[in-house]
Amino acid sequence: MTTAELLNGIEFDKDGYMVDAGAWTPEIAEALAAEEGITLTDRHWVVINFARQEYAANGDAPTIRRITKRTDVSTKELYQLFPDGPAKQAARIAGLPKPTGCI
Amino acid sequence: MKTLLILGGGTGGTMVANRMHELLDSSQWRIIVVDRDEMHYYQPGFLFIPFGVYKPHEVVRPKRNFLPSDVEVVFSDIELIEPDKNQVRLAKDNRVIQYDYLVIATGSHIRPDEIEGMLDGGGWQKNIFDFYTLQGATKLADFLRTWEGGRLVLHVAEMPIKCPVAPLEFVFLADWFFHERGIRDKVEIVYSTPLSGAFTKPQATAVLGDLLARKGIDLVADFNISEVDNSKQVIKSWDGREVPYDLLVTIPTNMGAEVIERSEMGDDLNFVPADKHTLQSTQWENVWIIGDAGNVPASKAGSVAHFMLDVVVENILRHIDGLPPRPDFDGHANCFIETGFDKAVLIDFNYETEPLPGKYPLPGIGPLSLLKETHANHWGKLTFRWLYWNVLLKGGEIPVSSQMLMAGKWAS
Repeated sequence: MTTAELLNGIEFDKDGYMVDAGAWTPEIAEALAAEEGITLTDRHWVVINFARQEYAANGDAPTIRRITKRTDVSTKELYQLFPDGPAKQAARIAGLPKPTGCI
Repeated sequence: MKTLLILGGGTGGTMVANRMHELLDSSQWRIIVVDRDEMHYYQPGFLFIPFGVYKPHEVVRPKRNFLPSDVEVVFSDIELIEPDKNQVRLAKDNRVIQYDYLVIATGSHIRPDEIEGMLDGGGWQKNIFDFYTLQGATKLADFLRTWEGGRLVLHVAEMPIKCPVAPLEFVFLADWFFHERGIRDKVEIVYSTPLSGAFTKPQATAVLGDLLARKGIDLVADFNISEVDNSKQVIKSWDGREVPYDLLVTIPTNMGAEVIERSEMGDDLNFVPADKHTLQSTQWENVWIIGDAGNVPASKAGSVAHFMLDVVVENILRHIDGLPPRPDFDGHANCFIETGFDKAVLIDFNYETEPLPGKYPLPGIGPLSLLKETHANHWGKLTFRWLYWNVLLKGGEIPVSSQMLMAGKWAS
């Protein structure tokens, strides 16, 4: 299946985040990352897996601070892995809603 | 005798103590407030100090003056909160206080030490200042009085911060201040934020972004600070950008009190997890939060603490009576945004509804205008200092609803 075909059946919100986090698969992550110009490595997967785990536990994608505090990925590395804003980019690739952030 | 223990005697803690003092039977309940600082600070006033509008003495009064005489007030650091044992350990005299109900009102605080090079780069309180402490605001006032101009950069480190509109107000007032001093043409003003625009909500971001542009203030968006390099006078972002400054005004990372961390009661920023509608701790049913000590996704502002008051007080009373808490807190926030030249914008919003244009507090009449720059809003903000000291802290009623109202708002 091509990337386009894989993403075709998936519903996204207006910001490009998956509507149903349950429909996510690792293959979809690869396809979404490719759209953002990222080839996923083991280090990306540390972040993606952590983000999914956090979402399952707390109902929200983790902040940068939380990722760096709870994994061995430093803030600097996090920006190298996800250059366009780690919290948002990692959440999108992990099939999670846009992080709610703050007011 | 039962004990209601309130940690923190700032805006939230003081209001709870006053209201509970009226409502609880004093033959059965004692109320204790613990705070490390004997002085109460009118924090919204800090913003005006750098520009000489308020003097330091106008924003400080003894905490004791705002609490009933039969409320016990202990001035001490808090060593440890032990919620599983319903007790709190104080530094002073190694005292241990057992409680039946605990209200956490320990607030949020700036942490310049969280940013590399901020405190140890040689510029702290020389050409780098905060204005979220009275000392920082006062030193900045001294600096600005004789500054001849250059590049002023205000940066926000990360969200959430206390009073999220204060940084915007600072640059608006700076624009006005330098105009008045006749050196606006010698000052570049830059607003650097980790957000993608001037504010978080779409309609307010549009209005406030437009105001920045009209006042000739440059916006640097999506800027997540990694370091202050004061030898080169630049701030650096994680994605490799640099913003040069002559004068850096910082809104550092905001975190909850360190005792929350020591007591292992907080999230990664030491904010206490609580239900966002009932304000009850998610872990201990006799522990409640008010104000910016909690992790609820509302603005960390005094108005929000005021709107939380009715809910937290009612829910504690319901709990005493064995009733479930009511999910009545809607995230209501109400903020004046000073824009300089004796004008201000007012915004009113909650968890669900972004700031909208309209009239406030009386629908269609006002006298205040929402999401619009007016003189009346500015006078509203200045009047608020009197209301704060004389009515609000004492837990008195202010003629606005705790829940946000749609009446008077123009929804598109």
